[in-house]
Amino acid sequence: MAETVSDHTTATGPGAVSDSGLQVTDLRVAYGRRRGRVEVVKGVSLAIAPGETLGMVGESGSGKTTIGRALLGLAPVAGGTITFRGQDITSLPRSRRRALARDIQVVFQDPYSSLNPSMTIEDILVEPLRVAGVADGRTRVRELLEQVGLPDDAGERYPNEFSGGQRQRIAIARALALRPGLIICDEPTSALDLTTQAKVLGLLRRIQRETGAAYLFISHDLGVVREVSDRIAVLREGAIVETGDSEQVSLRPAHPYTRRLQLATPVPDPDVQARRRQRRRELMEAGA
Amino acid sequence: MTAELPAAPGDTVGRPAAPRGRRDWVGRLLRNPMAVACMVFLLATVLFGLAGPWLAPHPPGATQLDAVNARPFTPGHLLGGDGSGRDILSRLMWGTQRTLFACVIILCSAVIVGVPAGLVAGYRGGAADSLINWVSDLVMTLPGIVLLIALYTLTGPNLVLAMAVFGVLVAPSYVRLVRGVVLGVRSELYVDAAKAVGLSDARIIGRHILWAVRAPVIIQSSFVLGAGIAIQAAVDFLGLGDPSKASWGVMLQESFANIYTNGWSVVWPATLITWTSLALVLLGNALRDALQVGASRHTLPRRARQRLAALLAEKAGAELAEEAATERPERAAAGEALLSVRGVRVAYPSTDGSAAEVVQGVDLDVRKGEIRGLVGESGSGKTQTACSVLGLLSPQALVGGSVVFDGEDLIADPAAQARARGRRIAYIPQEPMTNLDPCFTVGAQLVYGLRAVRRLGRQEARHELLALLARVGIKEPEHVFGLYPHEISGGMAQRVLICGAIAADPDLIIADEPTTALDVRVQAEVLDLLRELRDERGLGMILVTHNFGVVADLCDAVSVMRDGRIVESGDVRTVLRDPRHPYTQELLSSTRVVDLAEVATDG
Repeated sequence: MAETVSDHTTATGPGAVSDSGLQVTDLRVAYGRRRGRVEVVKGVSLAIAPGETLGMVGESGSGKTTIGRALLGLAPVAGGTITFRGQDITSLPRSRRRALARDIQVVFQDPYSSLNPSMTIEDILVEPLRVAGVADGRTRVRELLEQVGLPDDAGERYPNEFSGGQRQRIAIARALALRPGLIICDEPTSALDLTTQAKVLGLLRRIQRETGAAYLFISHDLGVVREVSDRIAVLREGAIVETGDSEQVSLRPAHPYTRRLQLATPVPDPDVQARRRQRRRELMEAGA
Repeated sequence: MTAELPAAPGDTVGRPAAPRGRRDWVGRLLRNPMAVACMVFLLATVLFGLAGPWLAPHPPGATQLDAVNARPFTPGHLLGGDGSGRDILSRLMWGTQRTLFACVIILCSAVIVGVPAGLVAGYRGGAADSLINWVSDLVMTLPGIVLLIALYTLTGPNLVLAMAVFGVLVAPSYVRLVRGVVLGVRSELYVDAAKAVGLSDARIIGRHILWAVRAPVIIQSSFVLGAGIAIQAAVDFLGLGDPSKASWGVMLQESFANIYTNGWSVVWPATLITWTSLALVLLGNALRDALQVGASRHTLPRRARQRLAALLAEKAGAELAEEAATERPERAAAGEALLSVRGVRVAYPSTDGSAAEVVQGVDLDVRKGEIRGLVGESGSGKTQTACSVLGLLSPQALVGGSVVFDGEDLIADPAAQARARGRRIAYIPQEPMTNLDPCFTVGAQLVYGLRAVRRLGRQEARHELLALLARVGIKEPEHVFGLYPHEISGGMAQRVLICGAIAADPDLIIADEPTTALDVRVQAEVLDLLRELRDERGLGMILVTHNFGVVADLCDAVSVMRDGRIVESGDVRTVLRDPRHPYTQELLSSTRVVDLAEVATDG
């Protein structure tokens, strides 16, 4: 990639190299052993300051979900370091990770499989509190339900009584339970309808204002990422190809891959879309 | 289809369906007459055995000379006496106790050994999994009865030990079952979420995994108990039981030796063994039905179904008549339509006799060479509408209205629909991967599909399909022809399905979210391909989608659906630029437009 992108492997931003945020340096994740070994993340560096949202876009297989899972300790880290609030958390054993659970939380893509169908909403929300030894769980559950805009009596009900959007609110409430400093949002709105998407994104932004949590917002949808992110990193085949300010990356992308990704996203106007199609063809013919 | 469902899907004919709780599997079990009969029988058997010490008329070993080979209904010996003059009824009661005790031992040892081993193997994986699988395979190869005979020579008749050993021999069935379930649950996101909040493994297994394992273990236990009774009887029958204590098997063995002088004495233990095993197996089946209900809707009795269908047809008919009376100007153009959908309704009956209408009177026209977008959110009925054209709705669905294709009403004439489907009306599905059979090569599936609708030789079909594969943009058609579905990418799979759809040279294509499962770059390529095919072949197309960008890219006309109705319909430029209906406006305003700065300033 002989491109004009100045700094194509690091997504370090204004708040970088601080002791208060997340710092990932040359992260590598590989699955399988010996000959079947596949490196999914190939040396990714990024930083997220407190209260900031870093958007991460990429196609399927680009390794974006794996990076999120590595931060949560759910993927095998083969190299590099992850530090959070000055502490190296690269490969903590599970027992030590429990303390960290307070700080890094997650909202998954699929609101159907991310909630145990046999537990009431209250049980789901109390679980993290109980692990952390919070005494007055019930009060906190009511607070959480209110915070994500669900009715008080939601606690006694089961996940199958809620719609996709409401389930995602429950998942967000669970992530908020321990007042984390960083929430990994792994395609949190991809399974939702348009109008629901807008509401859930609005909720995530409001919560960020209220709690000051930082987000790593992972999505394949440039439009969604642009709406919530301060900065955007574009991932391709396990490496970051472009990173920068949200408006710059989404409207004036420098890397040809980002441009193609951008132009491939259809817009709801037939004539503008026809022009974009033309541009995309030219770009492809140019061999990008 | 995921996402925000409306509180009540559409309006309902009759009463709305009551929500189904999760604890009502007991209720479902009790509504099954077979299950109730089995449970009553098993309960009676257990009570019969437990009551032995108090109610048995005689001690199990007491012999009376006058009762030797007594016939049934002899005074004092209701079921007669055996060859040694012992009362059969009394021995049966005592024997029941012993047999049931043996079965409980089998069950307990199998569950205690099998379930934890399965949990560890499934949850831990790796070396533990390999070891447990190896041991369990080894145990499975051991011949059970032979082992028990060998054990007998060492320990003599020892019921508890023999049954415990047998339980261990059965344990691999639990190991495999539990391991399979755990492997599935382990990859559920809620287990990842539990890890992320810091739950220990023990707590994750206790709170999340054991629950999932519960139902299959209960079902399996019923079958194991049934098998246990048969095995216990078999072991005793072979003479490995303790002849001094009554059990069903021992009684069967003794009466069998005596069969020519007292045939009746065989009947009682044999009946109990057979019936109890049968009851347990049938109960296991009923438990499976009750505990593992899929999303399957219960079928209504025929008469109730017919009543609902008539109601729906009447509603659709009335609407059509009304429309015909007030001839609207836009319908003048309908004459040249390739496909003309009028007043289509789709409803699903629920068990209480009402029906949820998911499509409530949809009108739609597609002309030759026209691509009609059908846009809506999940639950709007767009896929149901498309499937009603193809006749691919689930068998429970009730359909009303008319779908006129080339002069024939496909809803009124299912045979015409079957003739048109796959030949003149083709289908492109949403999930390319799940629509290819993993057991066959891409080529074999395409050839099979094409030869089902056209009379062609194998070589001819192959030849034609290779050319078409090249046409839909597959680089090395010969190579791809011999690949299995898991060896190709999602985008390639969708091209293969498009190739299959156009192979029969259809006039109309129904594409149900054909690009939703694909990455945007692949989506753009597939949309290009669909556009080119339309231009080349003059195809009409219904494109079901939730994405207005896709509509703008490909469609000529668009209809917006909400809650089973079309709220706005028209030329794509008019609808997208100047939406009239508030719902269309809301949808469009939630659509994010991210345009390149350079393109935005272009025109």
